[in-house]
Amino acid sequence: MTNIPETGRSTRVQTRLVVIQILVLSLLATLGGRLWYLQIRQGDEYAEEASGNHVQQVVQPATRGSILDARGVALADNETRLVVSASRTELLKMKDDGKAVLTKLAGVLGMKPQDVMDKVRLCDAKTPQPCWNGSPYQPIPVTDEATVKQALQIRERAEDFPGITAEPMAVRRYAAPGKSNTAQVLGYLSPVTDEELQKAQDTDSPYLRSDQVGRSGLERQYDKALRGKAGVTRYEVDNLGRVIGEAESDPGTPGSNLVTSIDARVQRVAEYELNEAMKAARKEMDRNTNRTYEADAGAVVVMEAKTGRVVAMASNPDYDPNAWVGGISAKDYKKLTGKDSNYPLLNRATQGQAAPGSIFKVVSSAAAVEAGYDFDGNYDCSSAYNVGGQVFKNFESANEGMITIGRALELSCDTVFYRLSHEEWKKDGGMNPKNPNDYFYKAAHQFGLGDKTGIDLPNEVTGRVPDRQWKQDYWEANKDAWCKSGKKDGSYVEKIAYENCHSGNKMRAGDSINYSIGQGDTLVTPIQMATIYSAISNGGTLYDPSIGKAVVSPDGKTVSEIEPTAHGKLPISKTTLAKMDEALAGVASRGTAAWRFAQVGWPQDKIPMHAKTGTAEVYGKQTTSWFATYTKDYSIVMTISQGGTGSGASGPAVRNIYDALYGVSDDGDIDPKKALLPKPQASLPKIKTDGTILSPKMPKDIVKELQPDEKASPDQEYAPVEEGDQPATTPNQNGDNRDTRRHRRRGGARGSGRGARPGGRGRSRRARA
Amino acid sequence: MTGNSFHVSGYGPDKGGWTRLFARDSMARRLDWPILLAAVGLSLMGSLLVYSATRNRTELNQGDQYYFLTRHLLNTGIGLALMVATVWLGHRALRTAVPVLYGASVFLILLVLTPLGSTINGAHSWIKLPGGFSLQPSEFVKITIILGMAMLLAARVDAGDRPHPDHRTVLQALGLATVPMLIVMLMPDLGSVMVMVIIVLGILLASGASNRWIFGLLGAGTAGALAVWQLGILDDYQIARFAAFANPALDPAGVGYNTNQARIAIGSGGLTGSGLFEGSQTTGRFVPEQQTDFVFTVAGEELGFLGAGLIIALLGVVLWRACRIARSTPDLYGTVVAAGIVAWFAFQTFENVGMTLGIMPVTGLPLPFVSYGGSSMFAVWIAVGLLQSITVQRPMSA
Repeated sequence: MTNIPETGRSTRVQTRLVVIQILVLSLLATLGGRLWYLQIRQGDEYAEEASGNHVQQVVQPATRGSILDARGVALADNETRLVVSASRTELLKMKDDGKAVLTKLAGVLGMKPQDVMDKVRLCDAKTPQPCWNGSPYQPIPVTDEATVKQALQIRERAEDFPGITAEPMAVRRYAAPGKSNTAQVLGYLSPVTDEELQKAQDTDSPYLRSDQVGRSGLERQYDKALRGKAGVTRYEVDNLGRVIGEAESDPGTPGSNLVTSIDARVQRVAEYELNEAMKAARKEMDRNTNRTYEADAGAVVVMEAKTGRVVAMASNPDYDPNAWVGGISAKDYKKLTGKDSNYPLLNRATQGQAAPGSIFKVVSSAAAVEAGYDFDGNYDCSSAYNVGGQVFKNFESANEGMITIGRALELSCDTVFYRLSHEEWKKDGGMNPKNPNDYFYKAAHQFGLGDKTGIDLPNEVTGRVPDRQWKQDYWEANKDAWCKSGKKDGSYVEKIAYENCHSGNKMRAGDSINYSIGQGDTLVTPIQMATIYSAISNGGTLYDPSIGKAVVSPDGKTVSEIEPTAHGKLPISKTTLAKMDEALAGVASRGTAAWRFAQVGWPQDKIPMHAKTGTAEVYGKQTTSWFATYTKDYSIVMTISQGGTGSGASGPAVRNIYDALYGVSDDGDIDPKKALLPKPQASLPKIKTDGTILSPKMPKDIVKELQPDEKASPDQEYAPVEEGDQPATTPNQNGDNRDTRRHRRRGGARGSGRGARPGGRGRSRRARA
Repeated sequence: MTGNSFHVSGYGPDKGGWTRLFARDSMARRLDWPILLAAVGLSLMGSLLVYSATRNRTELNQGDQYYFLTRHLLNTGIGLALMVATVWLGHRALRTAVPVLYGASVFLILLVLTPLGSTINGAHSWIKLPGGFSLQPSEFVKITIILGMAMLLAARVDAGDRPHPDHRTVLQALGLATVPMLIVMLMPDLGSVMVMVIIVLGILLASGASNRWIFGLLGAGTAGALAVWQLGILDDYQIARFAAFANPALDPAGVGYNTNQARIAIGSGGLTGSGLFEGSQTTGRFVPEQQTDFVFTVAGEELGFLGAGLIIALLGVVLWRACRIARSTPDLYGTVVAAGIVAWFAFQTFENVGMTLGIMPVTGLPLPFVSYGGSSMFAVWIAVGLLQSITVQRPMSA
């Protein structure tokens, strides 16, 4: 069309038309280029943004796995409760930050308005509990104990309660089967913190905003397995959030169940007996202080001797772990973390440490044999041991003459061990050691002291072996303070400080002597001692104590058993071990613990009992009661802080636990029907094909069923039973320690009680029994 | 308008039948088929996209998922009929009717300002008709401005009196355009005013008016825009739109929401798109006004670069052919009309697609042929009719 007649058309018009055409083309090209840029160059980014846009995630929290006892009884499971939650983001949108709504809510729930407001405030450094330490974007539970009526009130008047929801939710329940509490072992949960959320973001086990995280005990140790994996359903939603379809979803996996070696019945007995023993001790008069015993804390461990599995573990004071469920109240939190309540959150079986006293003598005995002393040799159990003008007396200054190490264990003769340890100290070079052998300290380490046992509970403490290295470290850390306060002729404390300032870095004669009977700076935990006495029972294997026995997948198809593992062997030969075993049996049959066992109807011939008593002195405090025992299947170690003597304070309780385990009655008959666990529970509970774990029926309170009479006459439980030449003593009688009195009469054997005060300027930390 | 004024050489009404239709110089042969096919293609694509955007929107489609589809097709049919009518009447014949058409369209937009008018999306530019229909007279004003200005500017040039329109004529033509523009601005329908300004510019360019007018108008346009901004004639929502355009990250949940979501929709389409009816942004109603102003996002998301590119290409065909028509028409009247239509379609396309791509601020302008909307559809089809008329009435090449 080039030769169209151009009437009325100038070249100007023609040129401008070309300009217009070029403009139009460039506009279209711009659009095309931009379209290419958005869709091809940046397409992937926008596609991602689009999917983030229209896909909403709905998280179904995984049901937390249950914690079961060895027979399948649930120690911790879940229950559905009506949870009333408040959304901070909604509340803050209101003029008064939601005060009015929360006050109204408090009215419905029958709570104080201030309590409700405290619960929904955020935790920070200055805010005391209660406060919310989870995500501020997550609804904050105000109560998980709403009644149906309260929930309906809130839901029906939703317009009056903006930002408040009332929903049924699965919450943790610590069922306390048969009144067993198991608080410190189970631990507790609290909401995940922002920091944890961030930290775990890229791991294979990320947290969800709404997650509860195990904070202590088994809940923490097995958190990952118990927590499971939350399900995420992704919905395609429209601009208003209405669901228009379902996108790919990740199915959740409920948490696995944890089968433990705990037996809820034995646990209940252990807790009950520990508490009763402490109550009884508080009625006892302490001759040293002229006060009744404080018995401020205690622990007992029942362990399978052949596997290290823990059948029961009680720590006193204890608490109700359900206090943590749904957010802890200010009152409860203060109570649980306060000095007044003596820190019930601590598991004193693994986190409480004290000087072991005479139950340490098994270590000293092994060390002596290692150092070359004959176990069956004759050693002088004199009434006192004199070193450089310092007199270390035997208990009650008793003189037993020349006895074997075995007999020294039976009688808990201090001077035999003083002498052996002191001799070794001298051999090692005394104050100026040359390549010391340190047999006594080495043995302690080989027994696993000063180190974690490896139990599957968090924050286990190591205790302490006061060896040369420790002395050096400790001295370096404290010498400035000691040298400042120390006075040569000052008070006792000042004298000690003066002494420590000058030679605190050195192993002194007195140190080695005190050490030999588990006194001085030695610290052990009940779980360490249970591990050691189990090892003596099982032929020398130090097992890592364990509570978790198997992790069972929610469908029951995968059962990962947790096999016992060992962390060492006792440094004792088989023959020596056999002799030591015999000596410890002697303690129960004719030694310091006989009045708790052989002499009061224990069927020693049918169930050989082995025991060692310990009474550790703590400067400025009342004595610590220790009682370490074992049979061929079990080891039970009990301790009571400021509780009195080993066999005196802890003896009856330990005996009662054994009675319950084996079904032994007071007269020594064994009733297999009454026996709770004559053999350790070897098999796992039965798991049905649908994954549920069968559990036997739990008695309401096993203690009442086992000992109906004892409830009626509680005295009987603690009074030694008269038998033969055994003089009767009842507790509280003239304030004397029945243990001491009894064994004094028997002559030689010392159950416990006050010993000789250390003579001279020696430190007073001594132990006996 | 009567048939009397429809006289095209060789196309007397006495010659009927198929032979005439397909004779060498027949109407059918002389029609610009690329424009027609591209426009029909765009309208049909538009109907699919409108359907995709509305089939789930029960709040809009009154429970009938085909509500918008059938209406879009109906509008297209009416548009085609209007095109045929326009061709039948002829653009030259329409020249004589300009005073009537102009008067009628100004009357209608004045009517919008009375209580008879109604507001949709902040623009008071509709007249509600019975039966759920509504009319946007400003769409038709675009045509009358084109026809009116072309008539004035080309009259003396086509008569051979002058090579270019004189100043007085240009002034008259500008006056003719200004009156309805001011009224439309009062609605306020800023988008339409912008289109009209561009149309005026295109017309002046094509008419051969003095460069002084062109630059003068450009300067006046800039000053006017500044004045509008400064004097607060703009509503808050309009200012916010510009602010969001300048900074897309601004308030993505508020004023920046449309552009953000539009871009996400288009960007996520990639090369081939998610497939018709499969777009999650579209299905999820994230983009507002998706059957009208933001219909291009449906194409972008569901048909991808290929589909959205096809729409631009088809509009390119229309514009390219329209430019050719403008250049190959012997008389200035036809040239100016065609150029006005080019300016109109080009700007409206650029603005509409550009705002969905985030390179233009958001204004309520439909995408020619594709967007749902009767008035717009009728107006663009009438414009196609004008283009066809210019082609058809062009003297045959020797």
